[in-house]
Amino acid sequence: MTSTNGLSTEGRMDTHKDIQNLSVPELDVDAIRKDFPILQTTIHGKPLIYLDNAASSQKPISVIEAISNYYSREHSNVHRGIHHLSQQATEQYEQAREKVANFIGAKHTREIIWTRGATEAINLVAYSWGQNNLKQGDDLIISTCEHHSNIVPWQLICELTGATLRHLPLDSHDKSFNLNKLAEMLTPNTRMIALTHMSNVLGTITDLRKVVELARQNGSLVLADGAQSVPHIPVNVEELGVDFLAFSGHKMLGPTGIGCLYGREELLEDMPPYQGGGDMIETVTMKQSTWNQLPYKFEAGTPNIAGAIGLGASVDYLEHLGMESVRAHSHKLNAYAIAALSEIDQISIYGPRTPSVRGGVFSFNYADIHPHDLGQVLDSKGVAIRAGHHCAQPLMAELGVGSTARASFYIYNTQSEIDELCAAIRSTGEFFLN
Amino acid sequence: MLDELYKEIILDHYKSPRNRGKASRADFHAHGVNPLCGDDIELTLMVEGDVIAEVKFDGHGCSISQASASILTETLTGLTLDQALTKIEQVRSMFKGNDKDTEDLGDIEALQGVKKFPVRIKCATLAWNALDLSFQDSVKGPSTAYSDE
Repeated sequence: MTSTNGLSTEGRMDTHKDIQNLSVPELDVDAIRKDFPILQTTIHGKPLIYLDNAASSQKPISVIEAISNYYSREHSNVHRGIHHLSQQATEQYEQAREKVANFIGAKHTREIIWTRGATEAINLVAYSWGQNNLKQGDDLIISTCEHHSNIVPWQLICELTGATLRHLPLDSHDKSFNLNKLAEMLTPNTRMIALTHMSNVLGTITDLRKVVELARQNGSLVLADGAQSVPHIPVNVEELGVDFLAFSGHKMLGPTGIGCLYGREELLEDMPPYQGGGDMIETVTMKQSTWNQLPYKFEAGTPNIAGAIGLGASVDYLEHLGMESVRAHSHKLNAYAIAALSEIDQISIYGPRTPSVRGGVFSFNYADIHPHDLGQVLDSKGVAIRAGHHCAQPLMAELGVGSTARASFYIYNTQSEIDELCAAIRSTGEFFLN
Repeated sequence: MLDELYKEIILDHYKSPRNRGKASRADFHAHGVNPLCGDDIELTLMVEGDVIAEVKFDGHGCSISQASASILTETLTGLTLDQALTKIEQVRSMFKGNDKDTEDLGDIEALQGVKKFPVRIKCATLAWNALDLSFQDSVKGPSTAYSDE
């Protein structure tokens, strides 16, 4: 008996171009796996099967070496010294910004703000844009399936400004976004639509172009949470037309503590600084200060230089593979996982069943075994998954569960690892189902 | 190694929980939540004189949190409040790594295996910590939910 809360969503995502991608070069997964030192380790004596990529990806040796080389040979502060090292550090740091700008199709590096991650990027927009642009009577729209980091910052700024936070309910049938419903919800007072580009629980990919089209008709802005999408599918901000995009380095092969806010230049120009300090100023007197130009206006204090350089190296790695190939690999694993997981008796899989409209994030529950117990048994077999509410408590409530188990894939995962996952899930029954 | 965590006594309490439900009268009420994994346990106690006459638990969560709550209800029924406080302290100290005084702990001893799985200690101690907070609040002031984060 296999149940699912997400049935086919075919036909809904016709603007996605997945079908064309069958012709892109396949990833050489064996070669890729050799680039990741951690994949050679064993856990409890078993080879590591790392399926917690939606929480954080592993790092290739090129990223690890970029950080290590920087600290071994090139470290100094940026934008400050006239000495050789400072110039070298600045150059590398700014090159990384250029790499990221190119990677997401931004027009200019002025539109790329370094942050600690997607969470800080969304907080930056909520506070900086929100305090200047929101007042009582205005409203913002988010969805039920957002990560807490795309819920709580908006709740906080609404409390400060008196604006109203509304939420787009999910389609009761397949838990996708109902864009007709979004069209109905929009009012002339809607100032911002902030949606995930790829759900970290259901894997559903949002048709952002359609969202942007609706928003434009109403004069609303669109912020996309790209924490799950930017690592896994080609993302081009100009093509999508979004006003803001937030993402994290550590989910895309880069280090923790570095992420990025993309913002349209004219919007960023009008926004006040988010934090004050060094580097973000032009002049400071005891009476008042003036601000540095973009992007530095939003980057107070000594930044995460090594993190930015590491993220630059991770972008190089992904560009070398080609994001179309990365997506095609995900597509292939998704199709395999849907078929393999569905064969397990008493499993409930949440999220769409069509591989092309989803990312490689699979949330599930097995019989009435608590996800923590499931995760514990899987760990003993070297299989690393996530168990919990995935920072999406409103979505858990909508699904009617307290928590789920979640397996999420990336470029180094294989079909035989999915087989191991399925065998491990079945084996939990030994403890709990008799 | 898993066998040390999922001992038969634990699985038995999980599959056949003792004292599920609500006490006939709630002289003490404790609520424990673990936001990390969604474990949620509610304890109600009826006290006659100084003796705990009835302990019941309700809620949902992983096998460790549920088994531990079930063991708690059996352990504390019939004890005086002072004895219960001592027992709770003994259990908490066991999870902090203190191996002394673990004799005569009965089924609680089965929970010792959890110590090798640091992430699960919070699951095992949830009910005990929640009840401890409730006892303290009954002396100090109003009761709040114990949140293990």
